[in-house]
Amino acid sequence: MTAALAIAQLVLLELLRRKDVYVLFFLTGLITLVAGAANIFEDARVVRYVKEICLTLIWISGFVLAVTTAARQLPAERESRTLFTLLAKPVSRWQFLAGKFLGCWLACGVALLFFYAFFGFVAASRERDVDLAGWFQAASLQWFMLAVPIALALAGSLVWAAASSNATLTLVGCFGIWLLGRHLHKVALGLPEPAGTLLTLLYFALPHLELFDVRDLIVHRWPPVPWLVWLGALLYAAAYTGLILNLAWLLFRRRALN
Amino acid sequence: MARTLPPLLFLVSLALVTSLEPWFQSWQGNRAQSADLLAVLLGDARRAFANHFFIKADAYFHSGYYPSIFDNRTAFQTPHMAADADAKEDKNSGDEDDFLGPPRDWIDAFGRRFKPATHTHLDAGGAHTHAHGDGRPHTHGPAPKEIELGGSADVREILPWLRASAALDPQKVETYTTTAYWLRQRMGKVAEAEAFLRDGLRANPDSHEILFELGRIADEHRKDPARARNLWELALAKWQKFELPKTEPDTFSLLQIASHLALLAERESRWDECLHYLGLWKAASPKPAEIEKRITEVHAKRAAASQVKPQTPNPKP
Repeated sequence: MTAALAIAQLVLLELLRRKDVYVLFFLTGLITLVAGAANIFEDARVVRYVKEICLTLIWISGFVLAVTTAARQLPAERESRTLFTLLAKPVSRWQFLAGKFLGCWLACGVALLFFYAFFGFVAASRERDVDLAGWFQAASLQWFMLAVPIALALAGSLVWAAASSNATLTLVGCFGIWLLGRHLHKVALGLPEPAGTLLTLLYFALPHLELFDVRDLIVHRWPPVPWLVWLGALLYAAAYTGLILNLAWLLFRRRALN
Repeated sequence: MARTLPPLLFLVSLALVTSLEPWFQSWQGNRAQSADLLAVLLGDARRAFANHFFIKADAYFHSGYYPSIFDNRTAFQTPHMAADADAKEDKNSGDEDDFLGPPRDWIDAFGRRFKPATHTHLDAGGAHTHAHGDGRPHTHGPAPKEIELGGSADVREILPWLRASAALDPQKVETYTTTAYWLRQRMGKVAEAEAFLRDGLRANPDSHEILFELGRIADEHRKDPARARNLWELALAKWQKFELPKTEPDTFSLLQIASHLALLAERESRWDECLHYLGLWKAASPKPAEIEKRITEVHAKRAAASQVKPQTPNPKP
């Protein structure tokens, strides 16, 4: 566990050194502030569109950050040959993988903390009441959701050699699930066989990342999700992450390092 | 050879430019002719975006409870915010409260807990007034009195998307009429509504819908019936010029224009004018029998007025 935590700490430090997160944060802030500065019929209390733009950018940034960070971990270690040094020491492959995952996930958590603090500042500057419970749920759900793309990208880096192709494919897959995942079963019901059954199987097999998207509830000031349902969603993400990480470990265990 | 090739290619390029540039400037598909940055960037795709933003405004009107293209949209064929504003004829049918139907599977059922699941309208309080399983509306968040005072003002949240829609497609008339209705009727921003409609009229000088809406502002807010009558008569003339020749004319607009002109004439005791517009109203109305009753009433009023009229010029005993 100590070895995994040490590796995680290194990943976290690496993210802070890189410029990705700062660029994404700057772009999110800039676009949100420019949108918020628009004159909407001389009414300064219009806020929901700003909240939606900001949250959408946070979601996109979250995906990009999680996938690009996770996808380059193994190829970078292999290229710099530090992978061999690490695994030569008493660090098992499982610890290595867990450490990398934990580091990426914690790094995303830290980034989300800043992103949601900015969102809270923007929302509170125009709204009378502050929905702390809703914001906490939105941030925590997104953080747990990001564990799945991170695990997918780590598993993908064992399948595809180049970090760029792995990142691109994982991002396309994640965005696809986020935007269309909930509709797959509806579409499948209208398709002829065997396409209908195949799409239904895909629908049940995919991790439904869109479940964690509570932007509409936050933007339109709906009450928070019941806490048991929230907990269920976190467990759903944890289960999928565990499954994918296990598959990644199975792949990694049998893979020749050179 | 290697040294002569670049100057030669440069000369060929120069010659091609002299012939291609005039052709490009006169080409109809040249976006650079437009002074509008959005038109240059997006071309005709801006209409699709404009429509998307108009629908987005309606989704905001429902606080996010809105069908996607994969859901049953029969109850949302006409955006509710446009139908409520009388900017479009309401063609909705079906159950607007349950367009999702029963959950198809456990993922669907679970996923609905993370999305707005109740049909509400922003002008009636939006997400503050909704029902859970028992179907009885109740409130969350601010106190009921605050909602009563500020709830309908939340309708302002649809305005950014409507403004974006108008910027992307200035020829989409219902954007102007819908926006103007909510601005003047629910937010008390009459001057802004009128200015927005004037922008719309500049982009669509023959729009009877915009002229009609301007007439409503003149009548209901400026209390200027003469101006309202002029605007509505112009709207009627535009309707007759542009809609009448069509195979399926917009009878909903005719109904609105004729009914408002008839009611204004009745208010001002211009009986013949009133009867003329009632005739038009009856022709466009889905319930002509009711208008016929009204015509009979106006005939009676005219008869009564003509009997009273000779006595009024000589009030002295």
